[in-house]
Amino acid sequence: MQPEADLLHKPGETMPFGNTHNQLKLKYSSEQEYPDLSKHNNHMAKILTPAMYERLRTKETPSGFTLDDVIQTGIDNPGHPFIMTVGCVAGDEETYEVFKELLDPVIEDRHGGYKPSDKHKTDLNPSNLKGGDDLDSNYVLSSRVRTGRSVRGFCLPPHCSRGERRAVEKLSIEALASLSGDLNGKYYALKNMTDAEQQQLIDDHFLFDKPVSPLLLASGMGRDWPDARGIWHNDSKTFLVWVNEEDHLRVISMQKGGNMKEVFNRFCTGLTKIETLFKERNHAFMWNEHLGYVLTCPSNLGTGLRAGVHVKLPNMSKNAKFEDVLKKLRLQKRGTGGVDTAAVGGVFDISNADRLGFSEVELVQMVVDGVKLLVEMEKKLEKGQSIDDIMPAQK
Amino acid sequence: MPFGNTHNNFKLNYKVEDEFPDLSKHNNHMAKVLTKELYGKIRDRQTPSGYTLDDVIQTGVDNPGHPFIMTVGCVAGDEESYEVFKELLDPVISDRHGGYKPTDKHKTDMNFENLKGGDDLDPNYVLSSRVRTGRSIKGFTLPPHNSRGERRAIEKLSVEALTSLDGEFKGKYYPLKSMTDAEQEQLINDHFLFDKPVSPLLTCAGMARDWPDGRGIMHNDNKTFLVWVNEEDHLRVISMQKGGNMREVFKRFCVGLQKIEEIFKKHNHGFMWNEHLGYILTCPSNLGTGLRGGVHVKLPKLSTHPKFDEILTRLRLQKRGTGGVDTASVGGVFDISNADRLGSSEVEQVQLVVDGVKLMVELEKKLEKGEAIDSLIPAQK
Repeated sequence: MQPEADLLHKPGETMPFGNTHNQLKLKYSSEQEYPDLSKHNNHMAKILTPAMYERLRTKETPSGFTLDDVIQTGIDNPGHPFIMTVGCVAGDEETYEVFKELLDPVIEDRHGGYKPSDKHKTDLNPSNLKGGDDLDSNYVLSSRVRTGRSVRGFCLPPHCSRGERRAVEKLSIEALASLSGDLNGKYYALKNMTDAEQQQLIDDHFLFDKPVSPLLLASGMGRDWPDARGIWHNDSKTFLVWVNEEDHLRVISMQKGGNMKEVFNRFCTGLTKIETLFKERNHAFMWNEHLGYVLTCPSNLGTGLRAGVHVKLPNMSKNAKFEDVLKKLRLQKRGTGGVDTAAVGGVFDISNADRLGFSEVELVQMVVDGVKLLVEMEKKLEKGQSIDDIMPAQK
Repeated sequence: MPFGNTHNNFKLNYKVEDEFPDLSKHNNHMAKVLTKELYGKIRDRQTPSGYTLDDVIQTGVDNPGHPFIMTVGCVAGDEESYEVFKELLDPVISDRHGGYKPTDKHKTDMNFENLKGGDDLDPNYVLSSRVRTGRSIKGFTLPPHNSRGERRAIEKLSVEALTSLDGEFKGKYYPLKSMTDAEQEQLINDHFLFDKPVSPLLTCAGMARDWPDGRGIMHNDNKTFLVWVNEEDHLRVISMQKGGNMREVFKRFCVGLQKIEEIFKKHNHGFMWNEHLGYILTCPSNLGTGLRGGVHVKLPKLSTHPKFDEILTRLRLQKRGTGGVDTASVGGVFDISNADRLGSSEVEQVQLVVDGVKLMVELEKKLEKGEAIDSLIPAQK
């Protein structure tokens, strides 16, 4: 299949089909259709120009995703008070190729200068992680690693139809049902959960609900809710998979305390098993050697991995050097409610800032080493000691 | 057809069973009408602008029901939607508009002189009077589907038309995206400002895209005539004032609308209208006249009377809270308006409001005096 279709050619010439609505829009000049981004502050708005819009607006992916589809969320959401949003999404694997003129600079801007020619490393071998089993549980309350995966052959959540979403769910249920041992578990479809099941999942902090964030809704990810969405978790509640939320799959390994090594072990083992099962069914995960794992949001390309801890840093977080230390360690802070929340009671969610250009092992290593250092600094500050002599170099 | 719809063609690779939405928990007009067979029959169609069945029904799939109102659950993306998807929309229209048949003809009557009375509703009870409708502009697709280019073209035409009005209609246009803080504050105080829709009924149908681009408000200097541009319809036109002189409100409404329509016609962009469906609007519930004529009226006693709802039904009226379509009433003050939109004319609908409210105020006064109202309960209109 051709990676893209040029709608300036007549149907039947270079491509088998056209996009009616997009063709109608071409009757209006580029200036007439160009979005007003004057009040916007997101990655898409920084990159898109009228000239680029004109060049890309005649294109579509094989499944019919267009430039306006890619950027709609960034137009509808000018900015966010806490975070620099990406402002664009992929509707399928080919989006990253067809609209590379926009997405390559967005990726470069978002992922620290990652170039179109760069190669991404994947390393899901947990024995390559050094240490990580001894973070002080007086400070480190919980440890968690998550990532996303897209299933090749289907469109992504902003664009997929009900038929596709249900097919992704069916494959996922099959794959997950064949896990065993520590990974033996159960799938709960959102649409026919019993009240008791729902309550339990809420109490476990596992249940995801229909997105309310306009960032997600504006890109169409809430359509047909709760059809074909569900949650799978293992009996010990340490391995969790979300089906058809913001990505086809979100995979989470977690537990109380500071044994990140164990969390990462389970993460890698589980993911590798799941990937094998999908491959057997001729629906491997979307991956390429430039972008690594292909996900809906450009911010999650590469590893799609966020490894983090909930850690008590009441003194450190008030220290003037806190932000600088995080930056040097290539870490980021969030509130314990997730990406757009504030910290409560001095407890922070500290995780890797990078996704692309580093492997999974490298990113988790940064978290392990960085958190270890942050806890040391916290202890020093508790004792009224200075932390100047243990300031890290830029990683 | 000469062109294809890439994404829709792609979906045809999946069987009907796989694509048919799960409507088992749904209670809206679309869900009552759409069957798997019907879905299978019309899912490969598209309008000339590329609007498909899934587009029509998405809002009804995403919004199973509403606690206060029976929602329609489907929208039009352009004028042709009502033709291309008639197998779905005709039954929805029939269900929603009291049995209106595909062969029925709709009457348009915007001659305010045909209204009898309406200038003397008791202002001790009737606090304000208002008539609103919507209009769609031929040659453009509708708010669920239109592009930024189309929306801006609609705004441009509208601004031309509205700023050329004079006399009592002389006024000013305020685009949402370049309003000053002072202007915004004033419009809020006047209760004129509309904001980005938050209702999922509207956002799921795509009506909030690109907000606030191409949206704005025009009102006359007297603040009795107001036009919203590119909200849920291309145009929403509102005539209103304090007190009970519905006759004056309706006259201003008709005269203003006719002036606006002339200007649009001159630009070869008349309003969407046909003799079967009357004025074509985004939501099937607003077809016909698209008219809601109503009052805010104090009915603390009548509203708690066991026959209140029955009286309303017989008068072909409906009640809402004073905050609008999905709110509850406060302090015994109700928004009372015509229930019908299609199958009766503008004059007929406003007449029902005028006569009906007059009667209800009489009933309220009787109840105040402790008198019975049974002999005055109306027959079914």
